[in-house]
Amino acid sequence: MSQPNRLNSGGRIDRDRPISFKWRGKTLTGFEGDTLASALLANGVSTVARSFKYSRPRGIVAAGAEEPNAIMQLGATQATQIPNVRATQQALYEGLVAAPTSGWPSLRFDLMGLVGKIAGSAMPPGFYYKTFMYPKTFWMTYEKFIRRAAGFGRAPKKPDPDQYDKVNQHCDVLVVGGGPAGLMAAFTAASSGARVILADEQEEMGGQLLSSHETIDGQIGANWVKAVLERLASMNDVILLPRATVNGYHDHNFLTIHERLTDHINVQSGSVRQRLHRVRAKWVILATGAHERPLVFGNNDLPGCMLCSAVSTYINRYAVVPGQRLVVMTSNDSGYQAAIDWHQAGREVVAVVDTREGVQGDLVNAARARGITIFQGSGIIDVKGRRHVQSVEIAKIDAERHRVVGGSQQLLCDTVASSGGWSPVVHLSCHTGRRPEWSQDALGFVPAPTKEPMVAAGAVTGCTSTADAMKQGRDAALKIVEALSLMSADVAIPETESREQSPGMAVFHIPHTKPTSRAPKQFVDFQNDVTAAAIEISCSEGFESIEHVKRYTALGFGTDQGKLGNINGLAIAAAAQQKSIPEVGTTMFRPNYTPVSFGAMAGRDCGALFDPIRYTAMHAWHARQGAMFEDVGQWKRPWYFPKGRESMADAVNRECVATRESVGILDASTLGKIDIQGPGAREFLGRVYTNAWAKLAPGRCRYGLMCGEDGMVFDDGVTSCLGEQHFLMTTTTGGAARVLEWLEFYHQTEWPDLELYMTSVTDQWATMTISGPNSRQLLAKITDIDLSADSFRYMDWKPGVVAGVPARIFRISFTGELSFEVNVQANYGLHVWEALFEAGAEFNLTPYGTETMHVLRAEKGFIIAGQDTDGSITPYDLGMDWAVSPNKPFSFIGKRGMARADCVRADRKQWVGIKTKDPSIVLPEGAQGVFDPNAPIPMPMVGHITSSYWSANLGRSIAQGFVKGGLSKLGEAVYYPLADGSVVEAEICSPVFIDPEGERQHV
Amino acid sequence: MLHIYCPHCGEYREEDEFHYKGQAHIARPLDPEACSDQEWGEYLYFRDNPRGDHREVWFHATGCRKFFNVVRNTLTYEIRESYLIGTQPKGDAPLGAADS
Repeated sequence: MSQPNRLNSGGRIDRDRPISFKWRGKTLTGFEGDTLASALLANGVSTVARSFKYSRPRGIVAAGAEEPNAIMQLGATQATQIPNVRATQQALYEGLVAAPTSGWPSLRFDLMGLVGKIAGSAMPPGFYYKTFMYPKTFWMTYEKFIRRAAGFGRAPKKPDPDQYDKVNQHCDVLVVGGGPAGLMAAFTAASSGARVILADEQEEMGGQLLSSHETIDGQIGANWVKAVLERLASMNDVILLPRATVNGYHDHNFLTIHERLTDHINVQSGSVRQRLHRVRAKWVILATGAHERPLVFGNNDLPGCMLCSAVSTYINRYAVVPGQRLVVMTSNDSGYQAAIDWHQAGREVVAVVDTREGVQGDLVNAARARGITIFQGSGIIDVKGRRHVQSVEIAKIDAERHRVVGGSQQLLCDTVASSGGWSPVVHLSCHTGRRPEWSQDALGFVPAPTKEPMVAAGAVTGCTSTADAMKQGRDAALKIVEALSLMSADVAIPETESREQSPGMAVFHIPHTKPTSRAPKQFVDFQNDVTAAAIEISCSEGFESIEHVKRYTALGFGTDQGKLGNINGLAIAAAAQQKSIPEVGTTMFRPNYTPVSFGAMAGRDCGALFDPIRYTAMHAWHARQGAMFEDVGQWKRPWYFPKGRESMADAVNRECVATRESVGILDASTLGKIDIQGPGAREFLGRVYTNAWAKLAPGRCRYGLMCGEDGMVFDDGVTSCLGEQHFLMTTTTGGAARVLEWLEFYHQTEWPDLELYMTSVTDQWATMTISGPNSRQLLAKITDIDLSADSFRYMDWKPGVVAGVPARIFRISFTGELSFEVNVQANYGLHVWEALFEAGAEFNLTPYGTETMHVLRAEKGFIIAGQDTDGSITPYDLGMDWAVSPNKPFSFIGKRGMARADCVRADRKQWVGIKTKDPSIVLPEGAQGVFDPNAPIPMPMVGHITSSYWSANLGRSIAQGFVKGGLSKLGEAVYYPLADGSVVEAEICSPVFIDPEGERQHV
Repeated sequence: MLHIYCPHCGEYREEDEFHYKGQAHIARPLDPEACSDQEWGEYLYFRDNPRGDHREVWFHATGCRKFFNVVRNTLTYEIRESYLIGTQPKGDAPLGAADS
């Protein structure tokens, strides 16, 4: 057999289904049921990574989510690369391709290793802060090197071919964790009629019961697990989610679960790979279990050093014994289980080194009965070996005083398993904002009481026996069942083995004969290469708060969030400051519990579904004409209509000239339209617009400016009086939703006494603006409305029939030309648009887009709110005094604001026209003006360009922008120094470049 | 993500449906012209930033499009109650200076 560490029998693997996979280009074999980690260990793979800072070889330490070293890059193709996967959580499948994420250029020869060796002791905590800060400009150089040396994988270079789903869920109880506590909780709650979701992150539910020989009701635990799961699966209101990690516990019992649907199998790309469950749970039961804590000792990072529980899991669950000769070091009884399992597997247990004296627990005696050597009151002070454990040095220690008290001896071995006790998995409970509390009984942090409807059960509370965990799970469920007023089911606790345990010892850091700073490196956080010495140094350098120690040393900053190292790190920081652990406190854990694919967060909200797209009724016509589109808000608006291979500039010039010489047409359907009705409507308009509305007669239209309470312009548009109590307001395309919400806010919260109703009708109307000297003749061909200048005046609107359908025509103009805005029901939009083109052929009717619209309005000196205004501009700054009626009886919104001292300064930046001296130069928008181009740098800047175009109609460039005191400086010079070093001289002028008298639109 | 009770709809709905509109009980001065620049500035810009209960306006934007107030704890995000515009909360939330 090619798997030297695989046992011939046992384990939850299928030996009839071998699986071949690739590790660093080499083909290896494992079995169905393996994880990538167990298969690598079965094949005798020892080094799986190089460490972050010192580039030391690292092996697999754990068997679950807490694994710090075995971080893998998966994927056979560029498109399917998955970085940052823990080998312990990746099921093996046929064809899996895995590679280490660290180690450059290779695992065996690692360049950074040389740096580590040379610089080794010269890389204290804060090394990067201290070394790479100066000279500042060098950081860019350092960073590239450091990033490359440090990375945990790389992103795919091609689009992800897989799909991802999101689903919203609601339940009475979400049970997190499918170990003994979680299973009992789910079973009890479900039997009582609650709607239950049970989520577990592993390949199979059952938790530690799958990794041990412990019996339940006289059978192996796995049988009980199977029976309970079968019962649960048969119930109606139960959702079982294996391979589903609850990664976030958010506000008001909202939890996110990432379910891996195809990560464990070899499938064709394109299926749904992962699903994000967004769960609103009435209650949550946290049965997240505990992670075993390693002890901190010299060279404890050499491949071959593992957790005791991981050794047991690999043996019992995967039939893999990761070595030949084992030494166990433990501070509690549970560590003995690894020695017993190893011995049972037929391999040599060299010794158990127990930090305690006089221990007598059942597991201890079971080990004794097997003839296993036990050293009490002792610890492993150092591990020897080049690339793998070769021996350990043990000595009598006084853990209390942190010193070695006896001579040392060498034990030959190839595997070291350590257990410093158990750290409850409090991460999710921390997400809700509660700091966990120290439990002296559990020697770990446990979830703090919370206001959320949440109950913790099992090992997460610090309990250590299966029986207690099951009872807590059941009781948690019963408590919730009662709170939900359901009928509680009678669920008995199964019979479990009872075990005498001797108490564990609060030891975290094993002393060495030398002081920590001179002892062999004792690692606390494997993923970030944080040592005990580094933590002591940071404390001695004055970093007392644990949050500062964390940031200075990078303790717990890895992708594993310090699942293994945090408590040891706190304990060492506490000892260094002569404080207790609760006094030092703990850092917090944030979502997500384990790294999450971006794909899962995006779900289907990508590509064409990233954001809703709004199309006008005439969109298909525009597309057929080859229009180029511009995104405005969520709308697709025609930008310009190129003919053949015409450039954008040529197209826009042609559209501009055609409109002013004959007639052009714009799809203006996207303008926001709000229907306002009610006896209070007119008064309301007077309060929200800066000008007067009291006398606007039915059939008339008026332009209005809206300001905030600060007096600054934020939107504009034309509002038409449809009836005495009925108005149609238009807004900018992008501002429509914001304006409606703002109007509703004032109506509902300030003036509920005004009776009016507002409805968005943007989508209900298709709007086409016909502009140009021939617009009247064109429109007359297809309407019954009298369009003559006497009966249909500028700023009138009339209802009638256009192209056989009911229409409203507004004689308003954004181009300065004779102009009619035709509104019809959106469903008729395309019909009327096409009818206009049929009728317009003789006038060379030219469709134009937003770019030409911008040029034409700029020629006429009309503003675009949001382009020429930026939230700091009053109507007076725009020279639009005519649009403000300060004498209205009600103090309209913006009136008081624009009267503030700063808003009435004479030297405010004011909106004016800018005419370059050289008419061929089009200034860039955003260019900053100065009065004296020879002033020393930094020059005093006097305002910027907001609109700038080439005007084909004028044969020169035009621009508008702000100039300090500009309205009183007409005719004076202003200069624009550009990024290329040139300076453009220009003249301040009126912003109206064409037809200042307005003769073209009054015909 | 908050779970917010809309007193108009009579239902708890997801935060996605709502817009936050800032501190509640800030009345527009009835006679703005009578305000000094400083008073107007305080009405415009100055807001409480309490650690604890905060009364705030929410808008059921993709629901009933009505505004209402809630008392929300800025530390725990607990929502003590939702209540209608123009009314005071029932709870014993201590009143901040700007709440009067």
